Amino acid sequence: MHRFLKYSAALWLLTTLPVYAAGSKVIATGGATSIEGGAGGGIVPWAVINGYGSSGQWSVTGAVSQVGVDDFTLNSRSISLSYDNKYELSLGRQQLQLDSMGGELNQQIIGLKYKIAGELLYSAMPQISIGLQHKKQLDFAIPAAVGARDDQGTDLYLAASKVWLDAIWGRNVLINATVRATKGLQTGLLGFGTGSDNGYQYVGEFSAVVLLNPQWAIGAEFKQKPDELAFAREDHWRDLFVAWFANKHLSVVAGHVDLGSIATFRNQTGYYLALESTWAF
Amino acid sequence: MGILIRTLLLLALSGCSNSPEPKDWLYQQLGGAPGLEQLADGLLREIEQDQQIVHHFKDTDIARFRKLLIEQFCELSGGPCTYTGATMQESHTGFQITEADFDNLVEHLIKVMTEQQVPVAAQNRLLAKLAPMYRDVVYR
Repeated sequence: MHRFLKYSAALWLLTTLPVYAAGSKVIATGGATSIEGGAGGGIVPWAVINGYGSSGQWSVTGAVSQVGVDDFTLNSRSISLSYDNKYELSLGRQQLQLDSMGGELNQQIIGLKYKIAGELLYSAMPQISIGLQHKKQLDFAIPAAVGARDDQGTDLYLAASKVWLDAIWGRNVLINATVRATKGLQTGLLGFGTGSDNGYQYVGEFSAVVLLNPQWAIGAEFKQKPDELAFAREDHWRDLFVAWFANKHLSVVAGHVDLGSIATFRNQTGYYLALESTWAF
Repeated sequence: MGILIRTLLLLALSGCSNSPEPKDWLYQQLGGAPGLEQLADGLLREIEQDQQIVHHFKDTDIARFRKLLIEQFCELSGGPCTYTGATMQESHTGFQITEADFDNLVEHLIKVMTEQQVPVAAQNRLLAKLAPMYRDVVYR
């Protein structure tokens, strides 16, 4: 918790800076920042571009999050740069604390996203983006010991996001669907590929969000995961969350996560907390 | 679970049958004719203060623009009016309106509706009717 609070405090201080430009995009349409960095829900990358920079505008977004489940704690932090509501570059760092076993695993993630079609709010076609995430596991000893082949890997994904205005009970609804090609074991936290299988696995990831009003949203996510490791089962991930967009600089997400079985530790459920600060110019 | 679903369905169905939505529901939610005038005036105030988009209006006859805006919102919301202006495509061609300009106007509209205490459901209904105009307005 200490680390999360430290970075949160730093981001919070940023939001007290005098406000110059907030960016043109409508509030909440930058989404949140996923644990891998870049715009998304909590665990799913979306077609949305981070921050509130619209056409011809830049935005910089910083985010910290913490997932706390029975035997693990995942601290993530990232910074991303977006331009023209089309291009997104993100740098992420994840630290997985092995609370029961002792030790930690660190991973860095460089993400690129490019919007290829559609407009989240205004077009009948969903907003569609392609992206990649190059991940590198910085503590490869444990992943190697449990059967991982490589300490780095590159995920590719295609994401579609759309907001239906006035969809149910007069509320706006966002649906996102992402297809990802990955070699990641537990998203790369346990390395990439195995001795017996170095091929890409194709997984689907989904988010559904109801925007209760311009500032509050509730949502659910499902992240399909491969199950490639011999020593332990890997489960799909799920979460339920509440998001609060205080203004176009600060948002907070709190949720409940169900990560299933991780490295033989079963029924890993717990909380998700995330804080994002974003600036456009 | 079965009982829960049946109860929800019943509620949803009875909700529909008890209150058939009047054709001018949105018009009433927006406050009728006086509400739409306030909305147009609020929007004009926001545009006037927005350095990014105000230049698009430098040759605009504001009184006429205001009248057409009210007519259009009135017609869109099921009110007793007929929009007499040009199509969205005709009236925006040549202005080079960007995505950011369009976003700004949407934000102004949401702000003004919120200030006038238009319920969220009605705000979203109006936005849903305006959103498809994006393709006729932006980068024309």
